[in-house]
Amino acid sequence: MIDNIVDITLLSLIAIHAVAIIRMRSLFAVVMLFSGFSFLSAGLFVVMDAADVAFTEAAVGAGISTVLMLATLALTYTPAEADKEEKAPTHKPWLPLSVVFITGALLIYGTYNLPGFGDPNAPSQLHVAPYYLEKSMPETGVPNVVTAVLASYRGFDTLGEVTVIFTAGIAVLLIIGGRRRVKSKIEKNGGDREA
Amino acid sequence: MMFTVAIIAILITILLALVRALLGPTVYDRIAAMNMIGTKTILLIAVFAFLTDRHDLLDIALVYTLINFIGVVAVLKLIEQGNLYTDGETSVDNQQEVNDK
Repeated sequence: MIDNIVDITLLSLIAIHAVAIIRMRSLFAVVMLFSGFSFLSAGLFVVMDAADVAFTEAAVGAGISTVLMLATLALTYTPAEADKEEKAPTHKPWLPLSVVFITGALLIYGTYNLPGFGDPNAPSQLHVAPYYLEKSMPETGVPNVVTAVLASYRGFDTLGEVTVIFTAGIAVLLIIGGRRRVKSKIEKNGGDREA
Repeated sequence: MMFTVAIIAILITILLALVRALLGPTVYDRIAAMNMIGTKTILLIAVFAFLTDRHDLLDIALVYTLINFIGVVAVLKLIEQGNLYTDGETSVDNQQEVNDK
């Protein structure tokens, strides 16, 4: 009962966020709303019992992407025009709107054949899930089944993902660090000129 | 029962904060509203953990607190100094950039 109330309220709040993100023209406000959108979806994932997805959504969606989008705003706008507005769209909204509505209707139509939420007889629950549920504790000793699958049964897959993220982090550090060095050189030159 | 009422109250608070974020005339209104929404999500998860007796959700709520804090610090740093890569003393730096333009 309360689960349903929380689900429906969170989903409507997320929908309000989405409409506001589309309608708003102030880019800074849009970034702020994106952060709220991610937080609410992460909360929704927690309520729906998908703690690992919620972790990812909160860390990537609410944490890192907010910072990255703000950094992009900071790099593309000078501080004087920080509250600069997005340009008004030059095309009519009817074609994209109809495409979105048709796609959404098809997706909703597709959900009619899906098994119910958390249905134990769904095909995806009958394939390898019973094996994991029975054997993961004696085989790996990890109490959480999702963690056991991610860290032990799919250990190499997770290692590959971590490698990708590590490489991306190094690349970001190189790019940002390089920029800082160039900037300080410019500042030094400016100071020399003034001196 | 108590937890149910608490959850409904938290949801209403999120709605009010969202209204402030949408209307907010200044940047600081929006920042405060977003921080509020993040905090209320954390509280929602915590209350939900007690409601459904899954106390491991409290760890997730703690991680959310950290992420919310990092986000707000990044936003405020950007507002104060206009970029994210210098260490503070950039109100002068901003002025230089404005003068350069």
